[in-house]
Amino acid sequence: MAIPKICGIETEYGIAVQGGGEFNPILTSSLLINAYAKPAFKRVKWDYEEESPLRDARGFEAGVSEAPSDDESGLVNIILPNGARYYVDHAHPEYSSPECSNARDAVIWDKAGERILEDSIAAAQAIVTDNERVFIYKNNSDGKGNSYGCHENYLVDRRTPFPDIVRNLTPFLVTRQIFTGAGKVGAENATEQCDYQISQRADFFEVEVGLETTFKRPIINTRDEPHADPEKYRRLHVIIGDANMAELSTYLKVGTTAIVLKMIEDDFISDDYSLAEPIRAMRSVSRDLTCRETLELDDGRSTSAVEMQWEYLRLAKKYVQEYEGDDEISNDVLDRWETVLERLEDDPMTLKAHLDWVAKLSVLNAYRERDVLEWDHSKLKLIDLQYHDVRREKGLYYKLVRSGKIDTVVGEPEVAFAIDHPPEDTRAYFRGECLRRFSDVIVAASWDALIFDTGDEPLRKVPTLEPRRGTKESVQDLLDASPTASALLANLSK
Amino acid sequence: MAEQQRKPKPKKDEEEAPQASKTDEDVSNEMDELLDEIDEVLEANAEDFVRSYVQKGGQ
Repeated sequence: MAIPKICGIETEYGIAVQGGGEFNPILTSSLLINAYAKPAFKRVKWDYEEESPLRDARGFEAGVSEAPSDDESGLVNIILPNGARYYVDHAHPEYSSPECSNARDAVIWDKAGERILEDSIAAAQAIVTDNERVFIYKNNSDGKGNSYGCHENYLVDRRTPFPDIVRNLTPFLVTRQIFTGAGKVGAENATEQCDYQISQRADFFEVEVGLETTFKRPIINTRDEPHADPEKYRRLHVIIGDANMAELSTYLKVGTTAIVLKMIEDDFISDDYSLAEPIRAMRSVSRDLTCRETLELDDGRSTSAVEMQWEYLRLAKKYVQEYEGDDEISNDVLDRWETVLERLEDDPMTLKAHLDWVAKLSVLNAYRERDVLEWDHSKLKLIDLQYHDVRREKGLYYKLVRSGKIDTVVGEPEVAFAIDHPPEDTRAYFRGECLRRFSDVIVAASWDALIFDTGDEPLRKVPTLEPRRGTKESVQDLLDASPTASALLANLSK
Repeated sequence: MAEQQRKPKPKKDEEEAPQASKTDEDVSNEMDELLDEIDEVLEANAEDFVRSYVQKGGQ
């Protein structure tokens, strides 16, 4: 039986400063994080010991360096009370959500990240000069050939053969763009021209399988860095997704992918849907606003993006019925997935209140009609960009939400709570609660450990190698019975 | 920036008061109102703003 798909979303945000001349994106990212962070959390260091971004899931260690340089690892890097990591990565502020147990929580803690970045702007704005204005965008491209990522992570059973993941997940990832795409005006990276395409990221994928994330980007990333017990787990690092504003896009992105991964673990997919040319298919699916154009399979059959998704959905319904029964989230994901596919087949524009790429396209089309604009008009490019502005009074996505033109999946009170509180049913709870209670004696932390310095003994490392342990149910009594960190450490040793 | 032409907005017919479903005209009026609202928040100097948005590559 497949293991639960503990998951998280990490987002590199785009940043800009207007009115201050040249700006340094690394310094500005640091400024944002430092301005936001409460002093108690700033002094807890990130523990890099267990990081090994060069280990490859195919079983070797790469020579090409993508590891953070010494300079970079010295940059601002904090752990938030909700269990997330907030740091400077590749000249962008990055928010890595805490571990979540389901797609709905993934949406809540992803949105909490947006609010944290929005609050960071307000905090930074109080520090910079009056002329300078700081902007943050939750998108994946500057429209000039530079891309930055929104990665998903899923806990996967180490026993699952990696080639099974590659074979069964690739066709799914290539075609899920039709509901995960955030929409983009134009093409980049020397790819075929188009007016508008479904995905922000599709133009940047160049190989089918590989370790890199900043160049020669692969559809399936092989980074083997589990941040958990390496004997039992992989952390599948999915780098192909767009950063989504629309909650349904995020919900389906994580929810459907989690079910497909469970099916792969349980060897439930018997047919081989391998695409003849996955990279080409990535780009053609992104450019096909009807979602129906023909895709060739390796074995000579042909299908379309929406038909391929129907195949996965048909299997997923059988799987959930057989293995998960009435699991609320899985069944809700299936229902919404089905509705979305029906509507994409009927007329994608009927999803303008639900999916990013359709919502954005409907606004762009309304502008094109009213103002008689050609697709290369800078106003359309501005709308494309400002759709992703995290400031709720300026961001066009939020304008649509306030006008009732986009449906949300979760409630704002849940998001507000998640800014300062961890999910309760993963190890993020233990991390967040320890930081909230004992940050003065925690010297370092990471996904899989907390390091305490209580003064009366050597540093003590508390490993958190089991992502499903450390839940509220299992540790709240222990924490409540531990008025100090020393008491907690003593109680843990019992 | 190029001069923008605008199509005239359709007028709302006050006499007709559909109660249940929205007419095409209602939808169109709603969209016009939304675009007006978006106009108010769009950053000034679209061309310069978009040109100056350059990111260092990331992951």
